[in-house]
Amino acid sequence: MAASEHPHYGRVFLTFVRNSLVRDMTFRVNFLLDCVSSTSWVLMNIGFYLLIFRYTDQIGADTGWGKYEFFVFLATTMFINSVVQAFFMPNAEEFSELIRTGNLDFALLKPIDTQFLVSLHKVEWASLANFLVGAALLALSLWRLLTRPDDPLVIDALAVVLYVFYIGCGVAILYSLMIGLAATSIWLGRNQNLYNFWFYITNFSRYPMEIYGGRYGTPLRWFFTFIIPILVVVNVPARLMARPLNMSLATHWQLPAFAVAATLVSLLVSRWIFQRALGSYRSASS
Amino acid sequence: MHAQLTTWWTILRICLEERLVYRGDFALGTLMRFLPIVTQIFLWWAVFQALPAPTHGQAQNIAGYSYQDFVAYYLLTMVTRAFSSMPGLASGIALQVRNGEIKKFLIQPIDMLGFLLLSRIAHKLAYYSVALGPFTLVFALATWGGYFTGWPDATTLAAYAASLVMAFVLGFFLEASIGLIGFWFLEVNSLLFVYMLFSFFLSGHMFPLDMLPEPWRTLVELVPLKYLAYFPAAVFLEKITGPELLRGLMGQAAWLVFFVLFCRVAYQRGVRRYSGFGG
Repeated sequence: MAASEHPHYGRVFLTFVRNSLVRDMTFRVNFLLDCVSSTSWVLMNIGFYLLIFRYTDQIGADTGWGKYEFFVFLATTMFINSVVQAFFMPNAEEFSELIRTGNLDFALLKPIDTQFLVSLHKVEWASLANFLVGAALLALSLWRLLTRPDDPLVIDALAVVLYVFYIGCGVAILYSLMIGLAATSIWLGRNQNLYNFWFYITNFSRYPMEIYGGRYGTPLRWFFTFIIPILVVVNVPARLMARPLNMSLATHWQLPAFAVAATLVSLLVSRWIFQRALGSYRSASS
Repeated sequence: MHAQLTTWWTILRICLEERLVYRGDFALGTLMRFLPIVTQIFLWWAVFQALPAPTHGQAQNIAGYSYQDFVAYYLLTMVTRAFSSMPGLASGIALQVRNGEIKKFLIQPIDMLGFLLLSRIAHKLAYYSVALGPFTLVFALATWGGYFTGWPDATTLAAYAASLVMAFVLGFFLEASIGLIGFWFLEVNSLLFVYMLFSFFLSGHMFPLDMLPEPWRTLVELVPLKYLAYFPAAVFLEKITGPELLRGLMGQAAWLVFFVLFCRVAYQRGVRRYSGFGG
C-alpha cells in the first residue's frame, strides 16, 4: 500500500482550509466583527500616513517614496501580514500551548510531517479581510501612479509575476522567523516575551528601508537585511511594483537576488531549528 | 478611622508584593516596549530629511515640532501612558459582574472602586520601581543625544506633575466607567475595542495632536482622550503655556470629576440592578 504511506499534502491542506471555514461560519456575527475589527485598525493606520503626507511629499530625501508609491508599499505590507496572520499566526500561538500541555504527542504520532501539521492546521479566515483592503489600496494607488501626468508608471507582465513571487518569499521569511521562535518554546517551556519580540522585530519591516540611514540607521539596516532578513520582506516586492526611484542596474537586481537566497536560507534554518527542537522534546506530564 | 487606614495599607502591601514576583521578565518587557518607538523615530527622521531646507533661520518643523521635539514627544508619551494606561481594568470589572465574583464586595465592608484603585496604585508603584531603570537609561541617552535641552521651569514642572497624576486618576475612572457598563450589557468587549481604537489614535501617542486638521482638531479638544497621552507631554515641551495651560488643567480636572461621579452613580445603580444566582 505505497499510496497510503505518503499522505497527499495538498488534499490534507484543503481539508484544514475547509474545516476552519466551517468553524468560522458557525459563529457568523463573531466572524463579521473580527473582520471589522482587524480592518478598522488598518484603516486608522492609513489615516496616520495620510496625515504625514499632509506635511511632506515623500518619506526620506530623494527616495521617491511619494504618497502613492508609499501606499503601494503599505498595501504590500497588508497582503503579507494578512496571509501570515491567517495561516501561521494562530498555529504558532497554539504550538507553544501544545508543548506546554504535552498535546504535541498526538501531532507526533500522526503519519504526516510534524512541521506541516503544526504550522497549517488552522486558518483564521477573518484575517484575510485585510487582504481585500490591501487590494483596494493597491488598485487605487496604482491607478493614480499610472495616470499621473508627468512620468506615469509603466507596469509590465514581468513586474506582476515578480511581485506575486516576492510576496510569496516575504511570507516564507516571516513564517520561518515565526516557526523558529515558536520552536524555541520546546527549550524554554513558555515564552510570552518571544511573541512580543516577534511583533517588535517585524515592526521594522513595515517601512521603506531608506528610512534607516545615518549613524545608527545604517548598521540597523545592515543587520535587518543580512542577519535577520526582515527588511527584504516588503521592500523587494513593493519596489518592483512602485519603482520609487531609478536605481542603477546593479542595485536593481542585487537586492531581489539576495531576497531569493535569504528566503531559501531562512526556510532551511527554521526547518533545522524545528527538527533540533523536536529532538529535545520531552512530553509534559504523565 | 485608624482601622480603615490599616485596611487600605494592608491591601496596598499585598498588591505590591503580588506584583513584584516576576521582576526580570518585567524589566525586559519594559525595555522592549521602546522598540516600536525606534522605528517611529527613524520614520520621522526620514520625513524631516525630505522637508525643504530651513529658510530665514527658521528651523524645520512640522506643526511647530522640530525633529528633536518629535523624539522627546514620543518618549514623554511613553511616560504618560505609564501613568494613564489601565490594562485589563474594564474587562476585569465586567468579568466580575458576569461571573458573580462582584458579590464579595457586596458582603465585605470594602468599597469595590476603592479596592481596585488601591490595587492599581500598587501595580503602578511596582511598575515604576522596575521600569525606572529602563526609562532612566533611555532618557539619559536622549539627553546625551541632544533631544532634551534641560528641564523646564518650576511652574511647568509642577503643571506637568499635576497633569500626570490626573492622567492616572482619569485613566482609572474612565476605564472603570466602561467596565461598570457591564452591569447593563454583561459583555463590554466590543465597546472596549472601540474605545481602544479611538484612544490609540486620538490620545496622541501615535503623533502630536497639533498635526491634525479640522474637524479632527476640534474633535480631540472635545473628548477627554488627549489627557491620557498628549497633554502632559505637550506641557513638558512647553507647547501649552499661560492661560491655555490653566484651561487645560481645569479641563482635565473637570473630566476627572465627571468620571468619578459617573462611576459612583453607575456602581450604585448597577448594584441595585445586579442579581446573583447560584453558589
